[in-house]
Amino acid sequence: MPISTSADIVTARQRGRALAAALGFSGSDLTLIATAISELARNIIEYATSGQIVLSPEAGNGRPGIVIVARDEGPGIPDVSRALSAGYSTGPGLGLGLPGVRRLMDDFEITSNAGRGTTVSVRKWLP
Amino acid sequence: MTTDLRSRAAEIKHTDADATAALLRELVAHLRKNRTQLREEWARRITESKLLMAMTREEIFAEATSVYDNYVEVLETGSVEALQAYARNLSERIIPRGVETHEVLGIVLLLRDVLARSLFKKYQADFGLLNAVLDAYEPAANRIANTVAVGFVQERERIIRQQQEAIRELSTPVLQVRDRLLILPIIGVIDSLRARQLTEQLLRGIRANRAKVVVVDITGVPSVDATVANHLVQTVDASRLMGANVIVTGLSSEIAQTLVTIGVDLSKINAVGDLQGGIEEAERLLGYSVTMPEPKPGEVKA
Amino acid sequence: MRVPILKQSQYVIASIQSALSDEELLQLRDDLARDVGKHRSRGVIIDVTVLDVMDSFAVRTLRAIAHMIRLRGAQTVIVGIQPEVAFAMVQLGLTLEDITTALDLEEGLACLNQQAAAGARHVQ
Repeated sequence: MPISTSADIVTARQRGRALAAALGFSGSDLTLIATAISELARNIIEYATSGQIVLSPEAGNGRPGIVIVARDEGPGIPDVSRALSAGYSTGPGLGLGLPGVRRLMDDFEITSNAGRGTTVSVRKWLP
Repeated sequence: MTTDLRSRAAEIKHTDADATAALLRELVAHLRKNRTQLREEWARRITESKLLMAMTREEIFAEATSVYDNYVEVLETGSVEALQAYARNLSERIIPRGVETHEVLGIVLLLRDVLARSLFKKYQADFGLLNAVLDAYEPAANRIANTVAVGFVQERERIIRQQQEAIRELSTPVLQVRDRLLILPIIGVIDSLRARQLTEQLLRGIRANRAKVVVVDITGVPSVDATVANHLVQTVDASRLMGANVIVTGLSSEIAQTLVTIGVDLSKINAVGDLQGGIEEAERLLGYSVTMPEPKPGEVKA
Repeated sequence: MRVPILKQSQYVIASIQSALSDEELLQLRDDLARDVGKHRSRGVIIDVTVLDVMDSFAVRTLRAIAHMIRLRGAQTVIVGIQPEVAFAMVQLGLTLEDITTALDLEEGLACLNQQAAAGARHVQ
């Protein structure tokens, strides 16, 4: 689904929550997933103005889960490892929020090319 | 590639599949015909290898018969679904008796050996045919061994998860000692999963009991390292977001010192030496925040 | 949808009714700034019970609202953070450290009354 306005953020996390619930996630996992989607969608708008989020079920290694892919064609992240370490603590400027998303989910992958955009894939497995 | 070649390739493949199917049919007929003898041979090898010692000879023979028939059926139909269901069912029955993974794997491999030997014997005169028969037999046999072993392991994992769940729930009771005061005595090792469940349970408890103060007693936690301390800080933070104060008790001075040395920030944790002191502190907090007694003349309020 | 803001004696109460977009949250900030001044309120309660997600933007904005209100001489209490939301917030590292939080509206009001009483005694 395309992400370009703040209303899209709300839609994306609501759809994500619905898909996760349909897949059998419950309670705080639903909230963790919805929060991660919210942060990823927000990153797209803040750093690339527009992009897309793809939500899908996952069945790797016979274990069901959900996978969220956030893709944009923005400026990219020049130093991925720094983006992942910065902003751990609270504070008004929360940086990219990526380290937070990483803690919310089970699996985290990022590829970013300066000038060509960023793709973040995160997964959560059913407990 | 020309069309001619492509169709020839398809033809060869087609003939191959046909040949395999024919061989499997022959195989199935052979296994049916020699059912009694092969089954007995298998049961004998199981006993000889000291597998399934937790079961009686009769039980072994009965299960061996079912597995044998299922085995032949998989070879015949190519579908492992019935076998999967049987493997699950079998696992459910034998796991409580203490049967181990290596035993289950062992007996399936034994059956594979017994059947392979009988094929060697039957086709020994024609090496080419024997090879073709084994080509058809081996993948199917491997698939069966896989199905049974995986079924067993999955069932075992399910049971372990269930037990862990039960133990966790037992080991972290959220107790309401008086109005708006909860106590969470933690006993045993805290790993990330348990810390999470514990926090979730506490947060639900705070809402359900409208708690204002929570005493988390960690006297029964054998080791408190940086990870555990960080979980504690998260529990404290999350509780506070729901409007509840957390008091941590049972943090020994040695542990406190270690944590400070390795650089864990404990400033957010309101720590009180022992549970008794923690409850007193909690009552003070509750009294202060709920009843708001009129200050007596001369009393100095903090 | 605009968040309704009610005046109750010396407090104002904003009770969020549905998931908010960023613009709606910023609108709430502006509305509260205006109303606190207009009613000369001593305290503000923001009820977030219905929010099923509090991401970094929401927390940042709530925090900004609380700081702004403090500069206008009033206290802010955020009430109704759900257990799952509280859990996700600390996982993200969002702890609203310098802001008062309470279980629900009732507790939030008790909190403000208590702070007012403490303040009054302080003045005596």
